[in-house]
Amino acid sequence: MSTTETTASGIGPVEGASLYDVDNPAPVIEPPRKRTKKTPKSTRGNFEMYGWVFMRLSGIVLVVLVLGHLLIQLVLDGGVSKIGFAFVAGRWASPWWQVWDLAMLWLAMLHGANGLRTVINDYAERANTRLWLKGLLYTATVFTILLGTLVIFTFDPNIR
Amino acid sequence: MATPVLDKVEAESAASPYITVTFRVRRFNPEVSAEATWEDFQLEIDPKERVLDGLHKIKWDIDGTLTFRRSCAHGICGSDAMRINGKNRLACKTLIKDINPEKPITVEPIKGLTVLKDLVVDMEPFFQAYRDVMPFLVTKDTNEPTRERLQSAEDRARFDDTTKCILCAACTSSCPVFWNDGQYFGPAAIVNAHRFIFDSRDEAGEQRLEILNDKDGVWRCRTTFNCTDACPRGIEVTKAIQEVKRALITRRF
Repeated sequence: MSTTETTASGIGPVEGASLYDVDNPAPVIEPPRKRTKKTPKSTRGNFEMYGWVFMRLSGIVLVVLVLGHLLIQLVLDGGVSKIGFAFVAGRWASPWWQVWDLAMLWLAMLHGANGLRTVINDYAERANTRLWLKGLLYTATVFTILLGTLVIFTFDPNIR
Repeated sequence: MATPVLDKVEAESAASPYITVTFRVRRFNPEVSAEATWEDFQLEIDPKERVLDGLHKIKWDIDGTLTFRRSCAHGICGSDAMRINGKNRLACKTLIKDINPEKPITVEPIKGLTVLKDLVVDMEPFFQAYRDVMPFLVTKDTNEPTRERLQSAEDRARFDDTTKCILCAACTSSCPVFWNDGQYFGPAAIVNAHRFIFDSRDEAGEQRLEILNDKDGVWRCRTTFNCTDACPRGIEVTKAIQEVKRALITRRF
């Protein structure tokens, strides 16, 4: 059987000798872009892009809001010693300062939370660690934002 | 005559430029030990020679088991990227005299990829990311082309910088985001996507942008410029990544 094959193929003994046959097939070369089970699902969607843009825009707005806030609270009109219940009550009587503080609260919390989210993504190595750290982060963020918003809107200057 | 004698003495001193250099190489052999260890080699070498020449001297004259990749040895094939004195470089483009030969020269495999032996790493995750961005010309015209695809000099210059990539992985393996879990596409894949996204002849730029809009795409770049510093071809890698980000944003807004 082997002699007929070699004469029929016309290939010399060097090229004709194959390492592989039917019982011992050559190794399969996987297709170039094959996805294995370990490959995470690709996430098409613009969430990461919006997150990236949000960080830039909120950063610019926060520079104005936070520096203005610090200037008013700590430097102008007698500095930090003027701050008291009456001062806060007076400020929150005006919708302007309500909106200012609300914007600052939301932007700072979301900016910080998104920043920490990327830090967790970059530094936590195991999926479980990530899950827990992010769970903790989101809980703290939602709690702080909701509590702060509640206080800004339901603040009662006549509380006793 | 006195002058030829002087010349001869000078020539003799110039003919022996050898200095003693210590190579501190990160050795790893999974068949011997699961731990990687440092091993020192003392070499007599001309400081004008390259780190690759030093590795050759070690492999050919001292210890034949030292394993590393190199092919062309002239900075084109991109096989011998390694961490030399803590910085990703091509061993064939790094001269001994440029990296302070008084102290031991540390040579390690590039980071973030699995070490197979000594300085050889598994490049498959790197090439997987490269394949994922479709690094080839895509056109809607399915007919066999009957003439070359013409392009103006300005259109060609738009992506000239990113055509220089030799896929040595020096940039990707210098990226701290890639070090973490290896899911980030990495600078090299983005550079090679950039090469086609900004090519006026190519028609799959939109698809490539969509691929790089992924969770582990360009948005994981933290602009640390490690990649630009590491690139042996001088590609402005971080700039290319920023251009892809800008293209994604301007596409949407």
